[in-house]
Amino acid sequence: MQAKAKKAKIQKQKFSWELMYRQRYLLLMSVPFVVWLFIFKYIPLWGWTMAFQEVKPATFSLSFFERTFVGFANFQKAFSDRIFAQTIINTIGTSILGIALGTISAIVFAVMLNEIRFMKFKKITQTISYLPHFVSWVVIASIAKMVCNDGGLLDRMTGRDLKLLSTNSVMIWVVICVINIWKEVGWDAIVYLSAMAGIDSGLYEAAKVDGANRLQRIWHITLPGIKPTIIVLLIMSIGSTLNVGMERQMLLSNAIVQDHTMVLSWFAYLRGIGNNNYGVGTAIGMFQSVVGITLLLIANKIASLFGESKLI
Amino acid sequence: MAGKTVSNRIKSKDNIIDYILLVVFVLLIIITLYPFLNVLAISLNDPVDTMRDINFIIPREFTFYNYQYVFRENNLFSAFGMSVARTVIGTAAGVICTSMIAYVLSRRDFYFNKLFTVFFVVTMYVGGGMIPEYLLLTRTLKMSNSFLVYIIPGLIWVYNIILVRSFIDGLPLALQEAARIDGANDVYIWARIIVPLSKPVLATVALFVAVGQWNSFMDTYLYARNLPTLQYMLYEIMEQATTKIDSHSADLLQATRTVSPMSIRMAVTIVATVPILIVYPFLQKYFVGGMTIGAVKD
Repeated sequence: MQAKAKKAKIQKQKFSWELMYRQRYLLLMSVPFVVWLFIFKYIPLWGWTMAFQEVKPATFSLSFFERTFVGFANFQKAFSDRIFAQTIINTIGTSILGIALGTISAIVFAVMLNEIRFMKFKKITQTISYLPHFVSWVVIASIAKMVCNDGGLLDRMTGRDLKLLSTNSVMIWVVICVINIWKEVGWDAIVYLSAMAGIDSGLYEAAKVDGANRLQRIWHITLPGIKPTIIVLLIMSIGSTLNVGMERQMLLSNAIVQDHTMVLSWFAYLRGIGNNNYGVGTAIGMFQSVVGITLLLIANKIASLFGESKLI
Repeated sequence: MAGKTVSNRIKSKDNIIDYILLVVFVLLIIITLYPFLNVLAISLNDPVDTMRDINFIIPREFTFYNYQYVFRENNLFSAFGMSVARTVIGTAAGVICTSMIAYVLSRRDFYFNKLFTVFFVVTMYVGGGMIPEYLLLTRTLKMSNSFLVYIIPGLIWVYNIILVRSFIDGLPLALQEAARIDGANDVYIWARIIVPLSKPVLATVALFVAVGQWNSFMDTYLYARNLPTLQYMLYEIMEQATTKIDSHSADLLQATRTVSPMSIRMAVTIVATVPILIVYPFLQKYFVGGMTIGAVKD
C-alpha cells in the first residue's frame, strides 16, 4: 500500500547535479556497497571467461588478452573426465531424492503440527525441531559419525553391522538424505505452516458442519490450501538440482564411499583448486549455473502452462 | 438422533488422532534430542569408561576432564576466540550495512533506486561460482589468511536486504517526512528513526548472520587455514581419526592418546553448539515471521 502510494507520488526524475547534491547522503550510504557488490559478485562473473581459456597458476597473472583461448576444450576435458558421469548421476540422484523426500516430510510434519491442539506442546515441539537447523554441518557430521559409523550408536542399538556410512552404493544417498531431513524438516515446515495459517477458517467450519472428518479436512482443505506454496518451492528447488552443496557431501563422506558422494561443486573444487586447473574448474561451475538457470526457466514455464502461479 | 451418533463417531475418531499425534511427536522429539544428549553425556563422562559403551544419556562417571582438556589446549582456545571474534564483528558490520543499504533501496525517490535494486537482486540468481571467487580472494585481493576474509566477502546477503527493505516499506512514512521538515538529513533519519523502528527485523538478520558466521567452515577451509575457527578445529579432529595429521592438530593428537579422541571430539562438538542453543529460542518469534516474507508469494 505504502510502497504504491510512494510510487504514485514520485514522478520520473531527470538527472541533474542539483538532484545528486540533494541526495548526496543517499549516495554516500549506497555507493560503497555497490562497489563492494561489483568487486565480490560481478568480477567473479567476469571470471567465467576463464572457462574458455587455459588458466593455470602460472598463467593467472596474465591479462585477459594474453591468455590462450581454447574454445570449449575445458568443457570437453571436464565432460570426458573419468569420474564425470558418476558425478552427474550422484548430483542428480542426491538432489531429486532430497527434493522428493524433503518436500514430502516437511509437508507431513507441517500438517501434523498444524493438527496439534495443545498450543504449548505445539510451540515446544516446533522450537526443538528448529534446533538442528541452526547447528553447523561440521557439528552434524560429528554427531552423525558418532551415530552411524561402524560400531556407532545405531549399530550398537540394533546389534547389527549396518555400515550406514561405509557402503559404497546408492545407499549413501539415502543415508545423507535422511540426515539432511533430520536437520532441516522443522525449519522447512515453517513455510507450509504459515501458508496453512492463511487458510480461511470458515472452510473448516463448513466442512465440519457437512460431516467431514479430520483426515478429509486435511485432504480437501489444508493440502489444496498450501498447493501454491508447494509449487513455488518446487520450482525453486528444481532450479538448484545441480547445486548440491560440497560442504555436506565432503563432511559426511569418507574414502570408501567417495564414488557415490562426489557431486559437481566438489568436483569443480578438486579439478579447479586441487589440480590447479582453473579453466576446467570454472567451466564446471559455469555448466552448473547455466543448467540451473535453464531448469528454473523450464520449470517456471511448465508451471504456468498448467495454470499454476508463476514464480518469475 | 442418527446425525448425532455420526458426529459422535467422527469426534471419537478425531480424538484418537490427537493421541496418535502426541505419540508421534514425542517420538520425533526423542529422535531429535537423543543424539545431542548422547554427545553431551559422552563429553561429561570419563573417557576410559566411554570406550566400554557409548549409548547413554546420563554420564556414568561424571567428569569435567574433557572440557578442562579442551580449554587448556591452546589451539582450541584460540580457535574459540576466533569464532567469537568473527561472529561479533561480522554480525555487527553485517547488520549495520544491511540496514543502511536496505533503507536507501526503500527510498523510491532516490534517483538510482531502480538501478541499484536490480544490480543487487541479479546476484541472487547468478554468481561466478567457487573457482572465480577463490581466485579473486586469494590471487587478486590476496586475502588468504587475513581476518578480513571472514568479514568482507560475506558482508551483505541480498536476501537480508530484501527482508529489511520490505519491513521498512511497512513503516509509516509520516515519521520520515516530519523529520525531514525539521531539517534532518538522510543519515540522521536512518540512524535515529529507521534503525530503532526496525529492531525486530534487524534481530532476525542478526540471528541469521551470527549463525552463519559461527557455523561457517568452508571459508576457513578454502582461505584461512592459519586462522582456524572452532568449526574448523572440530573438522580436523574428525579427520584425524581417518586420514592425515594436519599441522595445527599434530600436537593435539599426541596428547589425545592419553585422553580419548572420541570424548574430546564430543566436548568440542558441544562447545561449538551451545552458543547457538542459547540464542535461537529467544529470537524465534522474529525469524518465523522473517522466513515467510521471502518464500510465500503474495
